[in-house]
Amino acid sequence: MQPTDTKNPDYYHKVVDCQWGCPAHTDVPGYIRHIAQGEYTQAYLLNRESNVFPGILGRVCDRPCEPACRRVRVDEEPVAICRLKRVAGDLKGDYKAYLPSAPSQKNGKKIAIIGAGCASLTVANDLLPLGYEMDVFESLPEMGGLIRSNIPKFRLPPEVIDEEFDAIVEQGISLHLNHRIESMTNLLAEYYDAVLVGTGAPKGRELDLPGRYDTEQIHIGIAWLESVAFGHIDEVGEKVLIIGGGNTAMDCCRTALRVGGRDVKVIYRGERHAMKSSDWELEPALEENVDLVLCHSPEEYIVEDGKLVGMRFSVMEYSVDDDGKKQSKKVDEVIIPCDTVILAIGQENSFPWIERDLGIDFDQWEVPVVDPVTYESTRQGIFFAGDAAFGPKNIIEAVEQGHQAAISIHKHCNNESLTDRLPHGMNLVTAKMGIHEWSYSNDFGYDQRHEVPTVPMEKRFKNIHIEVELGYESGQFKKEVERCLNCDIQTDFVASLCIECDACIDICPVNCLTITENDEESAIRKKIKTPAENYDQDIFVSKDLPQTGRVMVKDEDICIHCGLCAERCPTAAWDMKKFTLKVPYASNEAFDATKKNKQAV
Amino acid sequence: MSYIKKPKIYGDKFTKNKLGMTFTDYEGAMSTLCAGCGHDSITGAIIQTVFDLDIPPHRMIKMSGIGCSSKTPAYFANQSHGFNSVHGRMPAVATGANAANRELFCIGVSGDGDTLSIGMGQFSHAVRRNVNMLYVIENNGVYGLTKGQFSASADVGSTAKKGAANKHVPIDPCQIAITLGATFVARSFSGDKDQLIPLLKAGLMHKGFAVVDVISPCVTFNDHEGSTKSYMSTRESKREAVYTDYIPPFKEIEISYEEGSTIEVDLHDGGKVILRKSDDSYSPQSRGDSIKNIRSATERGELLTGLLYIDESQHDFTDTENLIDAPLNSVDHQILCPGKKSLKNLLDSYR
Repeated sequence: MQPTDTKNPDYYHKVVDCQWGCPAHTDVPGYIRHIAQGEYTQAYLLNRESNVFPGILGRVCDRPCEPACRRVRVDEEPVAICRLKRVAGDLKGDYKAYLPSAPSQKNGKKIAIIGAGCASLTVANDLLPLGYEMDVFESLPEMGGLIRSNIPKFRLPPEVIDEEFDAIVEQGISLHLNHRIESMTNLLAEYYDAVLVGTGAPKGRELDLPGRYDTEQIHIGIAWLESVAFGHIDEVGEKVLIIGGGNTAMDCCRTALRVGGRDVKVIYRGERHAMKSSDWELEPALEENVDLVLCHSPEEYIVEDGKLVGMRFSVMEYSVDDDGKKQSKKVDEVIIPCDTVILAIGQENSFPWIERDLGIDFDQWEVPVVDPVTYESTRQGIFFAGDAAFGPKNIIEAVEQGHQAAISIHKHCNNESLTDRLPHGMNLVTAKMGIHEWSYSNDFGYDQRHEVPTVPMEKRFKNIHIEVELGYESGQFKKEVERCLNCDIQTDFVASLCIECDACIDICPVNCLTITENDEESAIRKKIKTPAENYDQDIFVSKDLPQTGRVMVKDEDICIHCGLCAERCPTAAWDMKKFTLKVPYASNEAFDATKKNKQAV
Repeated sequence: MSYIKKPKIYGDKFTKNKLGMTFTDYEGAMSTLCAGCGHDSITGAIIQTVFDLDIPPHRMIKMSGIGCSSKTPAYFANQSHGFNSVHGRMPAVATGANAANRELFCIGVSGDGDTLSIGMGQFSHAVRRNVNMLYVIENNGVYGLTKGQFSASADVGSTAKKGAANKHVPIDPCQIAITLGATFVARSFSGDKDQLIPLLKAGLMHKGFAVVDVISPCVTFNDHEGSTKSYMSTRESKREAVYTDYIPPFKEIEISYEEGSTIEVDLHDGGKVILRKSDDSYSPQSRGDSIKNIRSATERGELLTGLLYIDESQHDFTDTENLIDAPLNSVDHQILCPGKKSLKNLLDSYR
């Protein structure tokens, strides 16, 4: 194998599994260490740099970081990364003074932002310090988009949204609430240097079965959640069926329980493993006594005299045949009585207000054609971000798309190539503080994940405003932060210093190191004492060692970053180094451009 | 040494041996030796050896004397028996342990000082009695615990850390052992586990006294340019005379060797030692050849490594002395201590 190129930021970035898994590349170990040291404001700011809305995401993020967490490779549960983010949000001090302020003298460029959700406000957040003027149009009376209308208040209190959104708006954007853009043509007639479409995926999918339009008691999930959120609906029938198996279904069933539902069932046509809902969204629902009914495929709404009385389902059985193909078989038919049905079977973006003759192309599914790197549509200067761009994903994805769209908008306004973007950079600084002393807590201990305390069951359902999760108490999160394995403190190896004494190999508690003759990757992976069988994770191969010409090999998969290899190394060939990923944002691009211009002069 | 304890980590990813134990289960306390000490590497090799041989920890006894080397039994197999004896007196205690329980796998760890200076007499007699044990000498050429004075194994001309050269002729434990009638003599290097581990396995399974002299650089006092026992100089001067592999009982020999190039020696446990000589000029089964070969290598400035001499035909100490097979702790007290009357009868028999 060729020696590993650790100068490529991607190599060490990939070792930080949470950060690699996070679409916005949040420096998770970094902020967890801030929390451990009681630096909550710094923890918040570090979060905010990449994910902009730590308070919101600390409650409702889809947390792709947690399944990726290194901890699960040596222990049962991942670090409660998401809920530690909330700790930063809950305990932060006054952070606004640390935010870059918008210059009083504007740069003369004006941007229209349609929709005031997370993607849109991320764009505003990134472009404000650069002196852009921005008009933000929102059809609803409040900002937030999906997180305001579709995420129930008992999971995400409105004050949290207000605070984080206001922090951006306060810096000086023109916000137009209750202002629905009805025509892109009309908008373009006004002078804007660029337009960002961040209107989300507001259209719930329909389930058109017999009886659908014979009653008023069938609702589309996301529209119904929005009506509840804005107080248009405050009651529901007693027997409620939620059709669907995603996170919206979970929000619907738990909301139903809080507006009068007594017997609430979530009905899904497939098996449990096929459900799209996250475990951490399903579990609270089950805890609140929602029935989960699997393998029931809806067939008909049963309506008597305009009143919904039940729903007919085919009971399905699934199997895999000899060729590995999935087979389904109807084995029974049942009628489940109900008085309300809520459909939560998906949502899509919808652009009736964009005229099709503007040069903005749509594909066969009426989804706009958007460049996955620049987020530009087929018409120059018009950008899409968030669910509006590629359909419903999640909040953290929307934030990252916002960051990228902001870079593109800045480049567009400065006549730069949209594709000529700054690469990721990195910084690597030793974590050594003295002999056996590191700037991080390097000891490992088995410790179970600490559960976030919640409001007792009997108090939860009084009204929809009672936030169920209380957030960590200090004793709990102080233990939880210690579960983080500090993956950003990297094992950095300098081949020329190694005397091949094997000290690192002998001390490694997971036996992930070896010194061996160089060979093909598959052969080297087998030579490590704990064979490196997880090909998703890289192995490090050093340059040839000075004394024997063999190579040092490390499997990144199960390393717990305890630093014992570096402590035992007599020549400091191994060192533990703090890795900081440098993610370029619009402001970095702007700074870089000034530098380029100066060089040109 | 390190401040934090080495964490014990378990999981499906880690290989288990026939007893269902992981490598970690054979580890001991955290080493307090210097970072990079060759002794720690030998400890690692011993752990690998007993893990691979599926030795139940309660069937093993670890013995040592005094010195850096003699701390190491604390660092492996912390579920086994152990005895940290007086300086240089480990062979006597090991002999006693052997006599009391011949079913124990006995590993003695000693150093060049503990063996070749203060313990020379004890070592010699353990060799000639052919006590059934693996005797590992962690040989670094200096007294590390007392800040690096030359030991009895330091080569003439090898320099101390501050530059003074050694003037006295070294004692070579391998040559000594062969002349004293040892039945298993090997030399290796802490930085070459591929060679060391098979030697340790064969030595432990050999019935009789198996001495393995392991050059184990002292990273603090003897790993500099003028030293002949540094990592660098050992790598440069070592030459493998006999490649050795240990094949456990009931296991097929997987590597195919050219016919006639290897010697197979059957061990008493049913396993085999495979020897492959790097040159045909001598036989590792002849004492005279072995000594001649070691001496001529030394004259060339080479360090001969591998299994230098083996003789499986000799009886070990317990057989020679006709001791009972059963461990004494399983023998009925009445038999062990038959009482005053029996003593009187015995004494009377000599009158």
